[in-house]
Amino acid sequence: MVFRPAQKILPSEITPKSVYLNRRTLLAGSAGAAIGSIMPSVAHSAGENTRVLQKLETRPSEYSNEDLEPTAKEYITSYNNFYEFGTGKEDPARNAHTLTVKPWSIKIDGLVNKPGEYAYEDLVPAVQEDRIYRFRCVEAWSMVVPWVGFQLSEILDKVEPLGSAKYVAFETLVRPEEMPGQSGLFQALEWPYVEGLRLDEAMHPLTLMATGLYGEELPNQNGAPIRLVVPWKYGFKSIKSIVRITLTEQEPPTSWNIAAPREYGFYSNVNPRVDHPRWSQASERIIGGGLFAKRKPTLRFNGYEEEVGDLYAGMDLTKFY
Amino acid sequence: MAIIDSTNAALKRIPVLPLYFVALTPVVWLFYRAFDGALGADPMRVLEHEFGLWSLRFMLAALAVTPLRKYAGLNLIRFRRMLGLSAFYFAIIHLSVYLLLDRQLSWGEIGADLYKRPYIIFGMSAFLLLIPLALTSTDRAVRKLGALTWRKIHRLAYPAAVLMILHYLWLVKSWTTEPLTYAFLTAVILGLRLLDFKRRGNSANKEKPAAIGRPEML
Repeated sequence: MVFRPAQKILPSEITPKSVYLNRRTLLAGSAGAAIGSIMPSVAHSAGENTRVLQKLETRPSEYSNEDLEPTAKEYITSYNNFYEFGTGKEDPARNAHTLTVKPWSIKIDGLVNKPGEYAYEDLVPAVQEDRIYRFRCVEAWSMVVPWVGFQLSEILDKVEPLGSAKYVAFETLVRPEEMPGQSGLFQALEWPYVEGLRLDEAMHPLTLMATGLYGEELPNQNGAPIRLVVPWKYGFKSIKSIVRITLTEQEPPTSWNIAAPREYGFYSNVNPRVDHPRWSQASERIIGGGLFAKRKPTLRFNGYEEEVGDLYAGMDLTKFY
Repeated sequence: MAIIDSTNAALKRIPVLPLYFVALTPVVWLFYRAFDGALGADPMRVLEHEFGLWSLRFMLAALAVTPLRKYAGLNLIRFRRMLGLSAFYFAIIHLSVYLLLDRQLSWGEIGADLYKRPYIIFGMSAFLLLIPLALTSTDRAVRKLGALTWRKIHRLAYPAAVLMILHYLWLVKSWTTEPLTYAFLTAVILGLRLLDFKRRGNSANKEKPAAIGRPEML
C-alpha cells in the first residue's frame, strides 16, 4: 500500500510554513511520548540540539592550510558570534537548536541569467572540499577551522551573472520564532543580517560556501546549513545561514557598516596596520590555547596576501577599510 | 518601618572584617574555574570582564549606601569602606589580568592603548582616582585629614564611577541589556546624589550653612 504523488511536491507548497517548520519538533515530541523508551536519542529534546550531523563526502584541496593545527571542535562550536541567537559567545550554542535547517533554499536574484529559488540540494555538490583556514575575528581573536565546502564561484557560474553585475549581496534568514535574538526589547542589529563582496572577491577560489566543519554538517550555531567563508576578511563578513544571494551593480549595504559606519567598512580585510577605532588590530588572541596562550601578531590579509593581494592593487586600504 | 528597623538591628550584629574575605570569593572561584577549563574557549576574556564587572558592582554598592539610607532608611554605613575597598581590589586584579594575560606586558601595545584608546584612558583614569580613596580609607586618615577634607577627597568616587561606566560602554560592540542596566543604575545612584547637592546648595543660600562633619556621615 504505497501512495506516490504524481510529481514531487515540496512541503512548502501544501503546508503552512509555521506548520512544516514545526514538523520536526512535533515528530520529536510525539515520538518521545509514544516510543521514548525505545528511541532515547529523540526523547531528550528540550534545550538540546537533537539534530544529527551527517558525515560529508569530501576530497582534499590545494587551497587548504594543511600545515595549521585546527582549533578543537569543542571551541569552534561553543564560541560564536551569531547575534540572531544572542550576543554572548555561548548564546548561539545554547539557543540555536531551535533552528530548522531542512528544508532549505536560497533565492538567487538580481543581475543573473538564471534567477530562482534554488533548493539546497541543487546547489551543494555531492563531494565537497576539506579546507583548513585561519579565521580572524574583528574582536582580535582567532581560530583555525577545518571547513567543508565548495567555491562560491560554482554557484555564480551556475546562475550566470550579467556583464553589469559588480557586487554580490548576501542575506541571512529572518525567523524570529526560531531566532531569539530577532525579537525582544534590545536588538543588537537590524535584520536581516546582510553582507556583500565585490564580484571578483566572490569569484576568488579561496571564497568558500561552507556546509560543514570537521568532516560533518555545520552545527546550527556555526551558520547551518550553508554559510560564506572569506578567510582574508574579518569574521563578520562570513555571513551565516544564507537564504538569499543578489547580484548588483551598486555596492550593497552591510550590517556592521550600517550599525557603525566609522568602525566597519565594506572591505574589512584583515589588516594589522589599520586599527579598529576603539582597539588595536596588531595582534590576536588564540582561542583554545588556555589562560596563558601567547598572543600572535596579525598577518596582512590574515596570511592570504599572496593569493588575494592583487585584488586590491592600487587601493588605499586605510581609506577602504 | 518595622522591617527596616529590624533589618538595621540585624545588620549591626554582622561583623565587618570577615566580609573583606567573602567579597573576594569571586576571585578564587573564577580562577578555579579558569584552571578547570570551565570558562570556555577564551578564559582570559571571561576573567578580565568579570573582574571589571565585580569592581563596578562594588563601586555602585558603595555609592548606593547613602541614598539607601536617605530614601529607604537602610543603614549600611558600616559596610561602606569594605565595599569601596573591594571595588579597588577588583580593579587591581582586573588591571593585572589586562597587563599580564591580555597584553602580556608588551609595553608598545599598552602604551598605544593608553594614548589612543578612550576606553583604556577612562579605565586607567578611574583606577588612578581610586588610589587616593584607598590610601585614605583608614580611621587614622580620617582623623588626620579632618572630616571636611576627607569628605572632599572622597567625592572623587563620583568621577571614578562615571569613568568606570564609560570604560565599559566604550568597549561594547552593540547595545545589549547588561551594559545598559549598569549605566542606568549608575545614572540613578549619581543622579540622586546630584539632587542632594543641589538641594543642599539651595537651602544653604537661603538659610544658615548646614552643620557639617557629623561623624556618621563619613
